[in-house]
Amino acid sequence: MSQADLTMEGHSTGLTVGPAFSVPTKKLAMWLFIIADTMTFAACLVAYGFLRNGTPNWPRPFHSITNVALMTFILLTSSLTMLIGLRSARAGDKAGAFRWIMITATLGVVFALLHVREWLGLIDEGMTLFKNPWGTGLFGASFFSITGLHLTHVTCGIIALIAVGVRYKGGRYNADDIEVLGLYWHFVDLVWMFVVPLVYLLNLAH
Amino acid sequence: MTTVEEHKSDGIGKDLIVYICLLALAGVQFVIAYQNIDASQMFTRMLVVAIVEAGLAMLFFMHLWSEKRTFLWFVVIFTVSVLLGMQYGWTDSSRMVTGVPYSKVH
Repeated sequence: MSQADLTMEGHSTGLTVGPAFSVPTKKLAMWLFIIADTMTFAACLVAYGFLRNGTPNWPRPFHSITNVALMTFILLTSSLTMLIGLRSARAGDKAGAFRWIMITATLGVVFALLHVREWLGLIDEGMTLFKNPWGTGLFGASFFSITGLHLTHVTCGIIALIAVGVRYKGGRYNADDIEVLGLYWHFVDLVWMFVVPLVYLLNLAH
Repeated sequence: MTTVEEHKSDGIGKDLIVYICLLALAGVQFVIAYQNIDASQMFTRMLVVAIVEAGLAMLFFMHLWSEKRTFLWFVVIFTVSVLLGMQYGWTDSSRMVTGVPYSKVH
């Protein structure tokens, strides 16, 4: 039975054949992925919360908020540049959209580099997955797992931004694809809003 | 994917306002981190701010506000029920970590 037959039959019986919630399939798939990924991050963060709550000598190794504040600012700004890129794509400004997507990817790279710099600083101070000089060894495992998972998402996002941006410029993708990619990038930003208070700010050395 | 009307009516101004609100809320989290309160209070306050931030990002940056209401409710109800469902199992994890109330590991 063809799509046209299904549609005809749908009209005659009062049923309609079309994407669920009138949302295009690619966008719906991205939303379902985001919901699934929310569970992954929620599981990690809740497990981290229980560990932190149940461990008396939980380390508080962060002396400064400068780096994490800068990382937050950069990631939030990259969400704005992504939105501007989408607006340009919707307006048919291909060069502008490509430029803003590449700016977003660059901000993502800066975020990742700051993240790696922070990791290296902590490793220099003696922190590994299983031990650290400040308290329970569980801290290193949970810190590297959560921030590593987030950094992996950022890295995948950067690769996707470059790939989709180049294909959009080449005419193989359209503004809808930019919107779907934007959903992913904003999600990465959204997760960071929970990682920062739980993993960094609650562990500031006072 | 979104309507033409929406893109005509929504300017970059709204995005900028949401962006500034998100920056301000992130700033509030940093301020809370330096307040002289106990960890549980700090955690609660930060979590509330993070949830507001996430809501703003989902509604406006991810354009959930301009989607059909049925889809918006689908995402909200589905996500919240799964997250709440997860908590059902976490109480057991808590017991294993803290050894309370059923057993105390010495």
